[in-house]
Amino acid sequence: MTGLIDERIGLRHGAGGRAMRALIERVFLDGAVDGAVDGAVDGAGDGRVGLAAMDDGAAIPIGDRWLVITTDSHVVQPIFFPGGDIGRLAVAGTVNDLAMMGATDVLALTCAVVLEEGFPRADLERIQASMRDACREAGATVVAGDTKVMGRGELDGIVLNTSGVALTDRVIPDCGLRPQDLIVVTGSIGDHGLAIMAARHGLALEGDLRSDVAPLNDLVRRALAAADGAVVAMKDPTRGGLASTLHEMAAKSGVGIVLDETQVPLTPEVRAAGELLGIDPLHVANEGKAVLGVRPAAAAAVLAALRAHPLGQRAAIVGRAVAERPGSVILDTGFGRRLLSEPDGEPMPRIC
Amino acid sequence: MCLGVPGRVVEVDGLLAIVDFWGVRRQVRLDVVDEPVVAGDYVLNHVGFAIRRIPAEDVEQTLALYETLLAAPEEDPMAADVHGELAAAGRKRT
Amino acid sequence: MNSAARPLEFRDPARGRALAQTLGRLTREIGRDPVSVMHVCGSHEQAIARFGLRASFPRALDVIMGPGCPVCVTDLPEVDEAVALALQGVRVATYGDIVRVRGTACSLADAQAEGARIEVVYSVTQAVELARRTDDEIVFFATGFETTAVATAAAVLDDPPPNLSVLSAHKFIPPVMEIVAEMPATRVEGFLAAGHAATITGWEVFEPFVARHGIPVVVAGFEPLDVLAGLVRLLELIRDRTPRVVNMYPRCVTRQGNRAAQEQLWRVFRAAGGCWRGIAHVPNGNLRLRDEWAHLDARRRFRIDVARLWSQVPPALAQQCICGDIMAGIASPSACALFGSRCTPEAPVGACMVSSEGTCRIWHEYGGHPDLGATG
Repeated sequence: MTGLIDERIGLRHGAGGRAMRALIERVFLDGAVDGAVDGAVDGAGDGRVGLAAMDDGAAIPIGDRWLVITTDSHVVQPIFFPGGDIGRLAVAGTVNDLAMMGATDVLALTCAVVLEEGFPRADLERIQASMRDACREAGATVVAGDTKVMGRGELDGIVLNTSGVALTDRVIPDCGLRPQDLIVVTGSIGDHGLAIMAARHGLALEGDLRSDVAPLNDLVRRALAAADGAVVAMKDPTRGGLASTLHEMAAKSGVGIVLDETQVPLTPEVRAAGELLGIDPLHVANEGKAVLGVRPAAAAAVLAALRAHPLGQRAAIVGRAVAERPGSVILDTGFGRRLLSEPDGEPMPRIC
Repeated sequence: MCLGVPGRVVEVDGLLAIVDFWGVRRQVRLDVVDEPVVAGDYVLNHVGFAIRRIPAEDVEQTLALYETLLAAPEEDPMAADVHGELAAAGRKRT
Repeated sequence: MNSAARPLEFRDPARGRALAQTLGRLTREIGRDPVSVMHVCGSHEQAIARFGLRASFPRALDVIMGPGCPVCVTDLPEVDEAVALALQGVRVATYGDIVRVRGTACSLADAQAEGARIEVVYSVTQAVELARRTDDEIVFFATGFETTAVATAAAVLDDPPPNLSVLSAHKFIPPVMEIVAEMPATRVEGFLAAGHAATITGWEVFEPFVARHGIPVVVAGFEPLDVLAGLVRLLELIRDRTPRVVNMYPRCVTRQGNRAAQEQLWRVFRAAGGCWRGIAHVPNGNLRLRDEWAHLDARRRFRIDVARLWSQVPPALAQQCICGDIMAGIASPSACALFGSRCTPEAPVGACMVSSEGTCRIWHEYGGHPDLGATG
């Protein structure tokens, strides 16, 4: 598509949407070492989930189990926001990517930090404490790291990269939906993105607009245990929000998705902030929520397991996969239906 | 998209009002609105100017008005009662 | 009571579905297929598209968007004036949507890339504040319909700093309804009028139109229930052949409107004939500063040299653009060869795709009129 591949990288190439995917396909996948082309299975022939799948992580078979590995860099601005900070985000983000592949027992995390000269040590300690707390919640440990410092002005404050590894018996891809499967979200939508937006613009809202950033591996563990094999697709709706995530799942699975807008849980603060700022909560990032594709017969059990957990109390069935219009997401507003457009990534830069 | 958004007036200082839009407070100018505006009123804001004071009772009347549209002429008298109840319930809400 | 709850009462899906069913009954009673009605407000189209209301309309009801996007109808020469000023080194402040709209040759955004200084503002007040903070000449490029013009008028009357001037491209809606009603291709049987403009003008401004054309006009608000209820009332008037003006937005609109605002508006502006992009000449459709405000009129303060822009050949794509037909309601975006392929929000050709209130932009965002009823 014209305009997506340019000579110079633009902000939209990091937004998590079409431009970014086009960049990855053109620059990183073209001639990738493992020979991966499209789809989940690559040239190595062992069924691994590789770079081409662009799933939340990669999965490599080891014996009769899978090693899942993922990496993420974090550039969120501001680094301290209501509900969390870049440290909590760095741990939760990676733990969640592993969990979205079905790997809920984290073997280990690494953490590399690049700091700008002049970065306050007190802030770094605060971030470190936050990371420790998040690790404790997730039952994970940072086992290796790296520290670099760049000159004043050569970097904006701090960049954190985390990688994670875990073992699992079953990999849950983001492409496993079949018609009639139900779409479940684990809680309220739009919290992180709108909290960041409000913080950036100094919007003082009544009530509590906080990021939902949290490690989800325990929640996911409960959901997977509730009904064997019932969860067939999983993804966390980060950049580009629920709208992007559903588009990706629909396209990769070859199904359409009908989303019932009246069932999507929204906090009153998110609804209000979205209305006022003209931002659709369906398009903004979440950092403590998951989207699950569930076989219809087991949906009640999975929902009950989610709701019994502190992080899943507002879990809800919000839609279902259909055979028609593969790759499209149809929104039922309560008044009528319309197509939910695929956002070209996250409307706000440096959201995570 | 901030065209024609209604908000509740929190404070008035001459031609400037502080207006609450769903929990967010913004400054709005009163140069153009044609009635005196006091704290507690609702106003319709357009590009930073209040263009109309919205009396709270008008909201209820509008909802009741929409109810009456649902009645087909050949409907039974029972339906008229139901609509009356709905309209009355609308007026009670504050 | 939480102030957020009020508007939500006008979004109750159950009431909405009931009103939609009433639309179906009325359309059958009218018996024609299609029954065409037109609205002239970008915000109405956004409400319809965002809430998927078209999916709930009866198939025989055609709700067309007319020339209701103020940015889209700002004509090429008007944009050229702003671009020429900017290229002449004058700082231009304006609302965001118009910045990417091309004139004959290029847009304000293009001028900005060439080094011109363009400021995006959300209110005329910000332009005034900018002028107070600097010695530079600031031209406020004033786009928008009557509701927005009222704000500009208030700023003009409030003793603005001497380095501020206004380049008015403001427009007035009722005259364009006349044009549409008289177009040979039109089969519009009723109009839905914009509630917020009517807050200023009052609903009586439509009475001469109704008397002349025998077409009913209903003033409607912008919540889903407002739009549905407005359409129900309009279809009743069409069915009964009783052309009148009916106010379905009584919480904001009165017969006389806001007299104080009108007085300010007409003290500062006069109606002038002019072209609307794609619609050709609209008598009394433009608002220009009166002579007593000549000292604040950018057109009189500066010698604006637009000729330099005409030497640049307009892009070939622009010649295939059918925004004019789309704005007049006689074609839909899907009829345009460029829509969605070579004309997209990221790379727009016509004004309808640039503006957030443009028909093409809204269709692109919300998917146009797909038939989704049978899905799933």
